[in-house]
Amino acid sequence: MTYIPHSPKERDAMLAAIGVKSLDELFKDIPAKHRFPKLDLPPALTEMEAAAELAELAESNENVRGDLISFLGAGAYNHYIPAVVNHIISRGEFYTAYTPYQPEISQGTLQAAFEYQSLISALTGMDVSNASHYDGATAAAEAVNLAYAQFRGKRKRVVISPTVHPQYRAVIRTYTQGMGLEVAGDNAGADLESGPEALASLIDENTMLVIVQYPDFFGRVYDYSAFIESAHGKGALVCVVANPTALGLFKTPGAMGADIVVGEGQPLGIPMWFGGPWLGFFTTKKSFVHKMAGRLVGETVDNRGQRSYVLTLTSREQHIKRERATSNICTNQGLLALASAVYMSVLGKNGMRQVAELCYHKAHYAAERLSQIEGYGMCFPEPFFHEFVLCCPKPAAEVNAHLLEHGILGGYDLGQDYPALKNHLLIAVTEMNSKEDIDMLVDALSEADHE
Amino acid sequence: MNNTLTSSKIVEPTIFDLSSPGRNGVSFPDPDVPRAKLPESLLRADLPLPELAEVDVVRHYMRLSKFNYSVDDGFYPLGSCTMKYNPKINEDTCRLPGYMFTHPLQPIETVQGNLALMFTLQEWLKEISGFEAVTLQPAAGAHGEFTGVLIMRAYHKSRGDDKRVKMLIPDSAHGTNPASAGMTGLTIVQIPSDERGNIDLKALKEQCDDTIFGLMMTNPNTLGMFDEHVEEVIQIVHDCGGLVYGDGANLNALLGIIRPGDIGFDLMHFNLHKTFAVPHGGGGPGSGPVGVAAHLADFLPAPLVGVLEEGDDETPPLFGFVTPRKSIGRMKAFHGHFGGGHVRAFTYIAMHGPDGLKDISQYAVLNANYLLARLRNTYHVPYDRICMHEFVAEGRFDGSDVRALDIAKRLMDYKFHPPTNYFPLIVHEALMIEPTETENKDTLDAFADALIKIADEAKTQPDLLHNAPSTTQFGRMDEVKAARELVLCCWLPEDYAEKI
Repeated sequence: MTYIPHSPKERDAMLAAIGVKSLDELFKDIPAKHRFPKLDLPPALTEMEAAAELAELAESNENVRGDLISFLGAGAYNHYIPAVVNHIISRGEFYTAYTPYQPEISQGTLQAAFEYQSLISALTGMDVSNASHYDGATAAAEAVNLAYAQFRGKRKRVVISPTVHPQYRAVIRTYTQGMGLEVAGDNAGADLESGPEALASLIDENTMLVIVQYPDFFGRVYDYSAFIESAHGKGALVCVVANPTALGLFKTPGAMGADIVVGEGQPLGIPMWFGGPWLGFFTTKKSFVHKMAGRLVGETVDNRGQRSYVLTLTSREQHIKRERATSNICTNQGLLALASAVYMSVLGKNGMRQVAELCYHKAHYAAERLSQIEGYGMCFPEPFFHEFVLCCPKPAAEVNAHLLEHGILGGYDLGQDYPALKNHLLIAVTEMNSKEDIDMLVDALSEADHE
Repeated sequence: MNNTLTSSKIVEPTIFDLSSPGRNGVSFPDPDVPRAKLPESLLRADLPLPELAEVDVVRHYMRLSKFNYSVDDGFYPLGSCTMKYNPKINEDTCRLPGYMFTHPLQPIETVQGNLALMFTLQEWLKEISGFEAVTLQPAAGAHGEFTGVLIMRAYHKSRGDDKRVKMLIPDSAHGTNPASAGMTGLTIVQIPSDERGNIDLKALKEQCDDTIFGLMMTNPNTLGMFDEHVEEVIQIVHDCGGLVYGDGANLNALLGIIRPGDIGFDLMHFNLHKTFAVPHGGGGPGSGPVGVAAHLADFLPAPLVGVLEEGDDETPPLFGFVTPRKSIGRMKAFHGHFGGGHVRAFTYIAMHGPDGLKDISQYAVLNANYLLARLRNTYHVPYDRICMHEFVAEGRFDGSDVRALDIAKRLMDYKFHPPTNYFPLIVHEALMIEPTETENKDTLDAFADALIKIADEAKTQPDLLHNAPSTTQFGRMDEVKAARELVLCCWLPEDYAEKI
């Protein structure tokens, strides 16, 4: 009875008030044949025992804050999380509250979500942000739903750059499998070198949405302005999947003319947590707000004339519109949106720029040093942010195995998704990597080269 | 910087209002590597984020936190949301560095602890529900539903059975059910409830033919009733070739009581954030694993956690990722809500064991029936029989203009969170009350006393209810104004050009 507060006396008084003799008597509607199954589960642990068991399992992992030096990114990034973030999101007032359906007693959640929307709008350069989605990949899939609704299903083609994160592309395909869409652009053998121009020829009058990534999966930074203009020339919408850390430094997709900007908010103060829970951000132009999925917080006043906030445009949502809703989404990632808002607030204008610059400088130092090792080289000439593709003299998997022996978590083996890039590693460098870490990586690879 | 509504009184400025140019919060060290040349033409002109000291940020969020009502503050009887107490140990276990700081793409040899935890949780959820296989990938309940509908679709398709286009959904269902089915282009057919709150068998039979894709069923349903004909309902749908999806939102009534897989459900999602005490976080993150019967296991989203090499007395097994043969694909990036969802739920189940889980459901049902017994003479309960973990009363009185909304708001003056209201749609002025097992008799009595007193106030001083809440920091909001003016950001879009 771990968290059940009843004393036996209270329980009996309650049973008497109900008019039954035992707890079991409350379950007469349950088919007798299947009632009260014996569950084959381990016996209950006390808190002390559970704490020890969970600690033992956790310790059997090798983490990137002490056990391993990490150069692995590919959609999940090891950034410093200021102490204040965890302290704020550990307030029971925030984490044990429900979705703010009762605004009078949920202004904390609501104002924080409103501020999150404002901060994300500022970061992406877009008019409106919703209160978040599950993750970057599902936010990208929701962009397809927005475009589908915008064209009322009359346009059927989605053009996706092959250098959008492979898992995001997979999720978009899963989400849209019942929609009768044609997904083009990221087929095997797609041109990985030419940048966005290679996609332009695929965009036609039947194209509802074009999806590109910024920086792209290989870390390259393109100014998509002209590309977006040409897509708009065909009437298509453009969604940019953006890295929020990069937006501390680089031109916003909003300024380039993007219609939708989505991305993974994990770099904004959320631990990697082996893949989740994280934060999908979703922003768009004001003209599309009625087609956008997800919760949305708007400003209003209460009956005492006080500025306050409520969930708004709920008529788009499933609990009102049922099968005609813009999406089936019920939750958002409320607590993680709060974490990212605290992160952006406490870093602020200067800190966000500082982190982005640190990532940039360290990644460029790493690229410079690594490409001097014999047999290794930079694959692409374009400007990059904190991730880049390193050509290796042998399969990336072998390089990584060698690095792991040195306590280094190498880059992402691109051959897993791009067969032509079997000898290519995607290396990520953040502010968490010291010069010493980078030099160790260089030394380890130099040694591998001479084996 | 500010918007149209500044004529209103400001209780707490926004984080942007608090900004003062030149203030700094957290700073980072200077680079320990040479500075590289920045590509000037690609840089943003300005970054319009606030500038604050750490103490400014902390005090702002502390003040905001005090405007919230939470489970840690008090009773939160929100029907179908299972607002049980969230054990503190779960907050500590999920923040262990081994979980927090592992990358989802690390080599499996370096994350055997995570994989063992996920594999074990899959096994436990299978055992609890009676299903053959479980995916932990879905991010939330509605995401689990969508996953389930795609699995059902793949199953029919694999049999060349393409004419099934109709999803049956009872009129008491959560709105996510029709919305999830709608996302794959299915036609929704609503099935009425009978006078005892069960699915109307006659109406169900009339619909069943070879165009039926399946049925989405919440059991116990949103009236808090366990469907008395559940096995027959499932049989009818199966007989016409459809599949039966279980919405696990109300699983808190069934732990150790009955396993949905045992009575013929084909698949179901779990809400780890309801049943297994993962906190709701002010609207997420949730976690919505899906369990399926044997005939659907091949269609689960990829990847699952499996045993790649069996262990023995000396070596533990090697866990890794496996892809089901006919998988529908990937539902989200990476492996689901591991840290916030899987680790907390694992901790919770480990601390309950089989008997503790049964206690949860028994006491959740005891608490609901106790409140029902205390309130049924004051509030009309349209489906009045032994309920499961929740029940639905009507928030209205003959000859009074007091509505469920007024009662809900008045409860705030008594320091209670209101029940879910205006849902399910089949009850007029619904008040849907789910106490959960973690509330003691004193709390339940105080809540019942407040509701009884409010019923009296409705007759004698109805304005107390119409104007409620009056003792909270904030009063009722103008929701129409919010939707009409659509201020979604700390500044007006017109001012926006100068911000980027």
